Amino acid sequence: MPRGLTPWLFLLGPLALLVLFTYVPVATMFYYSVTDWDGLRRSPDFVGLENYLEIFTRPELFEVFVVSLYYFGASFVQIALALYFATVLSFRVRFANLFKGILFFPYLVNGVAIGFVFLYFFRPDGVLDTLLALLGGEGITRQWLGDPAAVNYSLAGVSVWRYLGLNFVLFLGAIQSIPAERYEAAELDGANRWQQFRYIILPGIRPVIGLMFILAVSGSLSVFEIPYIMTGGANGSETFVIQTINTAFRFNDFGLASAMAVVLLAIVLLVTWLQRRLVPEERGVS
Amino acid sequence: MSTTAIRPAVHAAEPPRRPRVLGRRAGRATTYLALVLASLITLVPLVVIAMASLKTGAEFRAEGPFDAPQAWLNPDNFVRAFTDGNMLRAFGNTTVILAISVAGTVLIGSMAAYAIDRFRFRMRGVVLGAFLLAALVPGVTTQVATFQVVEGLGVFNSMAAPILLFMGTDIVSIYIFLQFMRSIPHDLDEAATLEGANRFTIYWRIILPLLKPAIATVVIVKGVAIYNEFYIPFLYMPSRELGVISTSLFRFQGPFSAEWEVISAGVVIVILPTLVVFLLLQRWFYNGITAGAVK
Repeated sequence: MPRGLTPWLFLLGPLALLVLFTYVPVATMFYYSVTDWDGLRRSPDFVGLENYLEIFTRPELFEVFVVSLYYFGASFVQIALALYFATVLSFRVRFANLFKGILFFPYLVNGVAIGFVFLYFFRPDGVLDTLLALLGGEGITRQWLGDPAAVNYSLAGVSVWRYLGLNFVLFLGAIQSIPAERYEAAELDGANRWQQFRYIILPGIRPVIGLMFILAVSGSLSVFEIPYIMTGGANGSETFVIQTINTAFRFNDFGLASAMAVVLLAIVLLVTWLQRRLVPEERGVS
Repeated sequence: MSTTAIRPAVHAAEPPRRPRVLGRRAGRATTYLALVLASLITLVPLVVIAMASLKTGAEFRAEGPFDAPQAWLNPDNFVRAFTDGNMLRAFGNTTVILAISVAGTVLIGSMAAYAIDRFRFRMRGVVLGAFLLAALVPGVTTQVATFQVVEGLGVFNSMAAPILLFMGTDIVSIYIFLQFMRSIPHDLDEAATLEGANRFTIYWRIILPLLKPAIATVVIVKGVAIYNEFYIPFLYMPSRELGVISTSLFRFQGPFSAEWEVISAGVVIVILPTLVVFLLLQRWFYNGITAGAVK
């Protein structure tokens, strides 16, 4: 057997799967996006950029991007809370492991289960309404998932509940990999907690913040599970991915759906690229 | 990475100045208040649904969500979730898919990493780049076109569809193996080559056993992801007999829509295994999630 062939034998399986399930779909998606294919006919017609024009000119197709903004906003709340709890728990705290476990656990829970947990939570006269009544806040009670003015806040809140633990554990890992001597030196210089956070922790976690920014953008654009399970996209909670799925599999417009998917992919790649340009890989912590 | 080995004690070097101590105390109180509040917000939605799962239908309708169930060991809703809700079959399907996909991911990922890390061949850079670039493509965006590939392979509505997709779209595990393999010294390979072992023996007998910690990480990260995956089985296995835990639980919505106590039992059945595994393997989870997210 020629020596040069051996690595390819190991790569045969992995590369076949990679091409079949990543590169073939991406390529065919670009192709479908310039056709009017309905998912059934053998030979779709070429329509040029018509599908792309439709996305950016039909306002109801564009509205889903507004929904993304709720989740995008929520992800900053999420990052801030995660950073706060990671910082607090990296100092000496009682029951640190218990708190850490509780805050992280939701990230591991099945998405459908989370959907039902919060359908129950937001139900009229359900958990939230009962809690509000106990605290004397009946006044703000509303149809948490039925009122178009409230539904996206409710769903984005569920998203924070679910994903906070991921950001938190990533921050905690980054903070704990900062050498302990830095804190000792800071102690000797009389630095307080805030100064330790500002001058030791914050520079140490810059790369993680960059990663989280990408996760926030791509995450808020590709929100799917929570709204699909909880509202099915009703009452103004439809997201970009729900719309794409419905366009393809309910309305059989694979051409338009592919164009939407290409737009989403382009945005995610652009943001990743921008982030890499703007926040260069750390050259040793400053 | 245990939280008990935390930062050096802060008070050691500090002169006992009163206002500062008071400030610290107030700070500590705020810290604990915030932690307890966050824990309550995390736990209350889960605890109330666990309580609902133990109530009878009449109890559920008559009482508020915070009232305790009359019998703390009422199994009726769980029995119904397992029988009428098909959760037993769902666990069987999930187990089969999970076992094959995870084993496949470990083999695929470690073979790819072995070829890329231990061989110098033409196009090596291209191959590596192809895997890295694929990691940037969010899977959910390409489903419209992936659907056609799955149909073309003739595996639509069979367990082969999710198994192939789970094995074929996992770049993160290749990263994890690649990083870990860099720390395995090349001397071992060379010594084995001198003794006449071929590359496949080296991979199977030397590299794979040494990858154990990385394999554990991949098994945990991938295992949780597959156990929780909703979209892929939902899209590619519409048949009810092929329901996995996510899709079977999702189908509770119609038939049990007036019976929240049964839906609650289904939710508890799905969450409980996750909780048990998490409590047993906490440290592995934290390390695995960190390794999986930071490439």
